[in-house]
Amino acid sequence: MSQLKYFTNGLFKENPSFVLVLGTCPTLAVTTAAINGIGMGAATTFVLVFSNLMIAALKDLIPNKVRIAAFIVIIATFVTIVDLVMKAFTPDLYATLGIFIPLIVVNCIILGRAEAFAQKSNVVPAILDGLGMGIGFTLAITLMGSIREILGNGSIFNIKLVAEDANTILIFILPPGAFITYGYLIAIMNRMKKRYNI
Amino acid sequence: MEIIGIIILALLVNNVVLAQFLGICPFLGVSQKVSTSLGMGAAVIFVMALANLVTYLIQFFILVPLHIEFMQTITFIFIIAFLVQVVEIILKKAAPALYQALGIYLPLITTNCAVLGIAILAVQKNYSLVESVVYASAIAAGFTLALILMAGIREQMENTGYPAGMKGFPMSLIIAGLLSLAFMGFAGLV
Repeated sequence: MSQLKYFTNGLFKENPSFVLVLGTCPTLAVTTAAINGIGMGAATTFVLVFSNLMIAALKDLIPNKVRIAAFIVIIATFVTIVDLVMKAFTPDLYATLGIFIPLIVVNCIILGRAEAFAQKSNVVPAILDGLGMGIGFTLAITLMGSIREILGNGSIFNIKLVAEDANTILIFILPPGAFITYGYLIAIMNRMKKRYNI
Repeated sequence: MEIIGIIILALLVNNVVLAQFLGICPFLGVSQKVSTSLGMGAAVIFVMALANLVTYLIQFFILVPLHIEFMQTITFIFIIAFLVQVVEIILKKAAPALYQALGIYLPLITTNCAVLGIAILAVQKNYSLVESVVYASAIAAGFTLALILMAGIREQMENTGYPAGMKGFPMSLIIAGLLSLAFMGFAGLV
């Protein structure tokens, strides 16, 4: 039961997108629709869980001096797996997410968790931590994708909420909307943290 | 003519930070002062042009002939990390003055996702060697431009009052949003 805290840590208290502000590039880039958030989140979670697992399992074999290089090889291997699997099975989603799938390799959340957590812990906490962080990231970017899709396109998960010819606030699915939505979400998160003392 | 088109597109219309969302971490992290942004920008231009030159050669003389294109991500990230190290060592020996100026920014570049992103994009766009290097330089110049603009605005913002909850990231992101809005005006230039 006590291990559960490794899992819940990433969901809210140390949410990678809103609190740690890591992995900002995909957070801004792919959140034009809610469904992209889930796709990107799932891909990142997979890499995060398996790289944490491998690094925790191999931590005694990796010499300290070359650990960053070793972590990058492990992470890049799983990113390549995700890249090939998504290309084969979800070609549409793969086309939308584009360059940001191979770029999971330089997503600071993953290397950050490897360095700060997985290399010092056992396998089970490392998996739970990866899962929690991954789901926290997925929730955050899906929330952001939903807000941008509702305001910018008048729909959520491709279900139209307004009339076909209604005017929507197009700017929210364009690049400026990404920065502004993200800015306000972090501000709200800061305020909530202060008020509820989390 | 094609080269000029690539430069304008990369520098202004598809600005790497404000339109393509690559390299956001250094953009938010190293944009407190105009002078430091200039240093970071110069280091990025140098490494990016070099990285695109080398990754192009690796892609078309090693990966493609051997049919191991799926190794692209893993090879490219290694080359970039390696290049940054080599550049650092060479600069330290050959140009100590330049090293003093750029030194602290160099290691940060390995984690700049724009370097890996642009190397992959240049391959996807089927650019020739010259086009690829020009493209990388223009993209990096665009990164520098965005960084300097941001730093200038943030220096001014220090003297203005705004809500405490907006301090730090939220305010930077909203400034970035407005900058990005301004850069949308360049659409249709080419």
